Amino acid sequence: MYGYQLRHEFERSTGATWPLNVGQVYTTLARLERDGLVAQTGESDEDGKVVYRLTDAGHAELTGWFATPIGGADRPRDELAIKVALALTTPGVDVRAVLQTQRTATLRHLQELTRLKAVADGSEDTAWLLVLDSMIFRAEAEVRWLDHSETRLARRGTTSPPANRPGAAAPDPADAGAGDRAVPR
Amino acid sequence: MTGDLVLELRAAGRVHADGPDVVHALRDVSLALRTGELVAVMGPSGSGKSTLLHLAGGLDTPTEGAVLVEGTDLATLNRAELAAIRRRSLGYVFQDLNLIPALTAAENVALPRELDGVRARAARQEALAALTEVGVGDLADRFPDEMSGGQQQRVAIARALVGPRRLVLADEPTGALDSQTGEDVLRVLRARCDAGASGLLVTHEARHAAWADRVVFLRDGALIDDTGVAPPPEVLLGADGFG
Ligand SMILES: Nc1ncnc2c1ncn2[C@@H]1O[C@H](COP(=O)(O)OP(=O)(O)OP(=O)(O)O)[C@@H](O)[C@H]1O
Ligand SMILES: [Mg+2]
Repeated sequence: MYGYQLRHEFERSTGATWPLNVGQVYTTLARLERDGLVAQTGESDEDGKVVYRLTDAGHAELTGWFATPIGGADRPRDELAIKVALALTTPGVDVRAVLQTQRTATLRHLQELTRLKAVADGSEDTAWLLVLDSMIFRAEAEVRWLDHSETRLARRGTTSPPANRPGAAAPDPADAGAGDRAVPR
Repeated sequence: MTGDLVLELRAAGRVHADGPDVVHALRDVSLALRTGELVAVMGPSGSGKSTLLHLAGGLDTPTEGAVLVEGTDLATLNRAELAAIRRRSLGYVFQDLNLIPALTAAENVALPRELDGVRARAARQEALAALTEVGVGDLADRFPDEMSGGQQQRVAIARALVGPRRLVLADEPTGALDSQTGEDVLRVLRARCDAGASGLLVTHEARHAAWADRVVFLRDGALIDDTGVAPPPEVLLGADGFG
C-alpha cells in the first residue's frame, strides 16, 4: 500500500470522523520505516508512488496493538470533569448552569450522531456504524454523568459556595425555582 | 404559520392547591409543535414532564395560560368535543400503560378505532398492522397478563399509533424495553413523524431523546433550555465532508 491508499482505508472504516492529512501519513510511514516496522517493496505503482509492506516486526507490533486493551491512563485528561470540579470550587460560578450548558451541547451532538446513524443504517458499512455507536454511547455516558452530578448537587443542597453571587445566595429552598431561570439559554 | 402548529402551549401553568401545600407542577411553559416534528422532554423526576403531557392531551387543565390542539383552545370545548379530539387526533402512551386486562392485545389496540366508528374488521386490521410495526404482531391474541412488561409496553405504543393519529404523546414509552427494542420503538415514532404526525416524548434516556428534532429541558416545572431545531442530515454530511 502507499500513503494515499492508507489514508483512504482509514477514513473509509472510521467514516472520516478523524480526518488525516496526507503529510501526516507520510511522516508516520517514514518513522515506521526508520524503526523497521515497514519497508519499501522496491516496486512503485504506475504513478511512481512508493509502495510499502509490513515487516515481521511491524506485523508483531500490529497484532500486539489489537490484543492490548486501552487503559484509562492512556486517554487524555477529562477536561469536562476538571471544568465541573473547578466550577464547584470557584466562587461565583453556577455549577448547575455549567452542567446544563454541557447537557444541551452534548444532546445536540447526540442528535447529530443519531441522524448520521439513521442515514447509515440502510448501508452495509458496519465499521462506520460501530464507530458511530461508540461515539453515541460515549455521549450518552456523558449525559448520564451530568444528570448524576446534578442529583448529587441537589442532595447536597448547594450549587456553589455562598460567594458573592448577587441575589443567588438565599438558602431558602422556596427560591430554587426562581434561581433556575438564571440558567443561560 | 399557526395552521402548521399541531400543539401549542401558551404560558401554561399548573398549580395543585388541593393538598396541604401548594405545588407548582408547571410554570409559564410555552412550547409549539409543528407538523412532522418530534420533541423530546427531559428533566429530573418531579420536574413536571407528565404534567406537561397531561395538559397537552387534555387530560388535565392548566391553571394559567392555554393549550391549543390544531389551533383550538381546549378550554373552549365542552366535554364531548374534548373527548372527540382526544380520540381522533391524539394517541397516548401513559407512564403506567393502562392496557385493559380483559381485552387481548389486538382488542386493546383496536378499541380507540372502534370508538371512532371504524368497523370491527377494519379496526382489527389496523390493530394488527400497528402491532406488527412495533414488533409484537404475533402476540395479537394474548391478554396483557400473558405478556412480558416490554411486550405490554409495545402494545400500549401500538394503541397510541393506530389509525391516523396526528399527535402522539408518549410518557417514558421505552421504560421496560431493552436497548435494541427501545431503539426500534424510537425508529417507529420517528418514521411516523417523518410521515406527517407530530410527537411529544418524555424520556430520561439521552440516546432516545436524540431521535427528536428538538430536546427541551424542564426543571422545577419550568422550561430551562432547548437544543433548538437541529439541522437535517444533509447539512451535517455536507459540513463534515461525509459521504
Ligand atoms: N395531583 C397532584 N397533587 C399535588 N401535586 C402533584 C399532583 N400531581 C403531580 N404533582 C406534583 O407535581 C410535580 C410534577 O409532577 P410530574 O408527575 O409532572 O413529574 P415528572 O417530571 O413526570 O416526574 P417523573 O419523572 O418521576 O415521572 C411533582 O412535584 C408532583 O409531586
Ligand atoms: Mg412522569
